Amino acid sequence: MGNAKLSTIVEFDRVGLRYGTGAEVLRDLDFQLARGGFYFLTGPSGAGKTSLLKLLYLAQRPTRGRIRLFDEELADAPREAMPAFRRRIGVIYQDFRLIRHLSAFDNVALPLRIAGADGADVEGPVREMLAWVGLADRASARPPTLSGGEQQRLAIARAVIARPELLVADEPTGNVDAEMAGRILHLLTALNRLGTTIIVATHDLSLIAATPGAQMVRLDNGALVDPTGSLRHPPLARQEQGR
Amino acid sequence: MIGFLAATPAERRLIPGGRLQGPTPYVIAIMMFVMVVIGAAGLALGSSARLVAAGVDNRYSVEIADGAAKAATAQALLAASPGVIAVRPVSEREMRKILQRWLGPAGAASDLPLPAIIDVDLAPNAPVAAIAMNIERQVPGARFVAHKDSLGPVLGAVRSLSWLALTLVLLIALATAAAVVLAARGTLDTHRSTIDVMHGIGATDDQVARLFQRKIALDALTGGTAGAVAAGVVLLLIAGGGSTWLADLTGGPLLGSRDVLLLALLPLAGTILATIVARMAVLKALRASL
Repeated sequence: MGNAKLSTIVEFDRVGLRYGTGAEVLRDLDFQLARGGFYFLTGPSGAGKTSLLKLLYLAQRPTRGRIRLFDEELADAPREAMPAFRRRIGVIYQDFRLIRHLSAFDNVALPLRIAGADGADVEGPVREMLAWVGLADRASARPPTLSGGEQQRLAIARAVIARPELLVADEPTGNVDAEMAGRILHLLTALNRLGTTIIVATHDLSLIAATPGAQMVRLDNGALVDPTGSLRHPPLARQEQGR
Repeated sequence: MIGFLAATPAERRLIPGGRLQGPTPYVIAIMMFVMVVIGAAGLALGSSARLVAAGVDNRYSVEIADGAAKAATAQALLAASPGVIAVRPVSEREMRKILQRWLGPAGAASDLPLPAIIDVDLAPNAPVAAIAMNIERQVPGARFVAHKDSLGPVLGAVRSLSWLALTLVLLIALATAAAVVLAARGTLDTHRSTIDVMHGIGATDDQVARLFQRKIALDALTGGTAGAVAAGVVLLLIAGGGSTWLADLTGGPLLGSRDVLLLALLPLAGTILATIVARMAVLKALRASL
């Protein structure tokens, strides 16, 4: 149990979320995610996947319950502490949210610059990352001039450039063809092998089938469907299991 | 202190739009023009009041209602009094000239009785009360009058106008601050998506605010300097023309070097004010989000 606690990166304890005075969109979420794990978040449209991701990447606070992230309690964390948490999380938004007036290079460099890096500490890693996602020759291109797949890979490059401990992706293959989806999954798997915990919201069950060792988190009508209970007490991360 | 004005090229690219883009610098330029002109007028009025007050501070008059017969006695008494620097009787011609301005030709009529008036300049430490008492006792019907008492209401009005001008400068500064708040909010709305992305990546409020306060500071500095320079040109044109008579009247220059320095610092003060206000507005807006 002690080892399992050490390997936990995210812990939800009876978490609920409602927007304004509306009905709860998430109810009694009670689960843990292991550090270094690869998770697919599935469920029908309107099940609350995006809301759950918003809680994970700190765009929302829960209206009830307790969230622990990186072994720290979020409920009592002041607003000023949020940037430090966010710098440890990479986010791939469904709509990419690239900054249209910045070049591909500047978009990818943004997390490093926000973290205080400049000069050679930015130039090398960004060039390397653009090459990793196959956009080395599009460094000076602005997002509106890139194809959907290129924008998706650019969003991934920006999300992972600062080597986040947790990567949250909302439908990262929703706007690309099957071949590009395979390439994106390959990138995410490679990142996971480097130790990043990955959470991908998707409708695409073929992605899950193509990712051995990944776990599925299923949401239905705002509640977690976890018949095996494995999310309440997750297995150790794969790296630790391999030791 | 002005380190926030420096930005890397990457930071400049985050919030696009060069200087003089949008109405803010032009609004600030107009506000600064008005502030400098009104401020200069206020300072000039203040200087005028001080110069006039200094000119009459030790000047008195002896007025003898029933006439010339007692004037020679009064003049002799004044000349012998301690602390008296100068004694000058006002001639009948001068008095009739003044009266004619108010009464027309009737002021020159020889049957219009005139008082005798003697102007007296005293040393700063002269025993004013003793001299007044002595002259009023020795010359029946004589009144010892301080010029500053006569000019008091006029100087008071001039000083009030001076304060009014400075109050107007403050009000315009407040209006400028309000315009800056609106401009900052507008810029914030325009770049909301960029800010959301930056926040999501882990940017602090301070990092975001620095981008906006830098833009507003440059707008304020550019607009403020342009407005102040234009106002300076207008003031120089006025000073070279019609206002010299006022300087002659008051006996000195209307704006001293300290006043000019104060006016020259207005654009800098405006920039600092705009920067602080913009930062506060941006931080307040950012705190509304998680």
